[in-house]
Amino acid sequence: MCDSCGCSQPGKEPIILKPGEESHHHTHTHDGVEHTHDFHDHDHGHSHERKLDIEQDVLGRNNLLAERNRGYFEAKDVLALNLVSSPGSGKTSLLERTIKDQGKKLSFFIIEGDQQTMNDANRIKEAGAPVVQVNTGEGCHLDADMVNKAVKKLEVEDGSILMIENVGNLVCPAMFDLGESSRVVIMSVTEGEDKPLKYPYMFKSSDLCIINKTDLLPYLDFDLKQARNYAQQVNPELEFIELSVKTGEGMDIWYDWLGKTANPSQA
Amino acid sequence: MHEFSIAVDIVDIATSTASKESATVVKEIEIEIGQLSGVVMEALEFSLEAAVKGTILENARRNLIIVAGKARCTQCLTEYDTDSLFKSCPECGTCAPDVIQGRELRVKSIIVE
Repeated sequence: MCDSCGCSQPGKEPIILKPGEESHHHTHTHDGVEHTHDFHDHDHGHSHERKLDIEQDVLGRNNLLAERNRGYFEAKDVLALNLVSSPGSGKTSLLERTIKDQGKKLSFFIIEGDQQTMNDANRIKEAGAPVVQVNTGEGCHLDADMVNKAVKKLEVEDGSILMIENVGNLVCPAMFDLGESSRVVIMSVTEGEDKPLKYPYMFKSSDLCIINKTDLLPYLDFDLKQARNYAQQVNPELEFIELSVKTGEGMDIWYDWLGKTANPSQA
Repeated sequence: MHEFSIAVDIVDIATSTASKESATVVKEIEIEIGQLSGVVMEALEFSLEAAVKGTILENARRNLIIVAGKARCTQCLTEYDTDSLFKSCPECGTCAPDVIQGRELRVKSIIVE
């Protein structure tokens, strides 16, 4: 038990597994930074009260580690994408189809983030790509430290595409840089078109917005143009791709985007 | 609720600084939180309450300073107050603000003994 942070409470440590592996006890770390526990008592009966200026960014440690990840990806020529969305927008299905359609042409490595279960990792393995599952336990987002550990376990190859499927949540993952090259936010037409206004931090920090399940548009009142307007209001730089993972409509645009983003010189 | 992991990081930053200075008790912690930092103040206060338990910050006064949001219009460069990431410029009406203040999330100082 670490008295200084209380982080050894059950369920606080993420579990990182490949499909088929058993969970086991993990060592105790604090975002890769060790600290000492050398506090000692004073009993000389007078006060030593003093002010210490810290001026430290709370997310600084995560940001530093994210930059290390980014440097590692750059050195290995890996395109790292952070896929974020609310639960049920079709992130895993998008990955499955992408791996099946493009797996011969491009090399994919996947990190799956969920609070619990190996379900998504098993689906990805079935689709044919190397994968590790990060179970965050009570955590609502992936952070740079989890990705750092997962990437080491995954043994990502040079020149590949690393897809990091974040925990389904449009709030918390927005604040945590993982070291990705691009952030891809996915929304589906079964959601409200005002999602970008309701969750502006996520849309503001993303580079590409995929609007999925367009095959359902004839049955819904979803206004595609309005959704884009809202998203652009929050982030004027945001790119869009509309597609249906189910029918395959628009998937070629996504594959073009992947190809040109992975190899900008060949675009 | 990302506020809990932020609270744990705040406690970590404070305890490691205190430990370097051989301090045994933190009497006060000063934290700057921007209005546009993406942190819900009530959730952070609640999380800090739990995160300090059993640490040298357990009885520390928590001084949370809120920093107001400020934006600069990317078109006409007017600076204006904002409480959202996408408030239009009051001068030219363009909605393309650069947030220049209010995203702070910083441990400023601690008072130790």
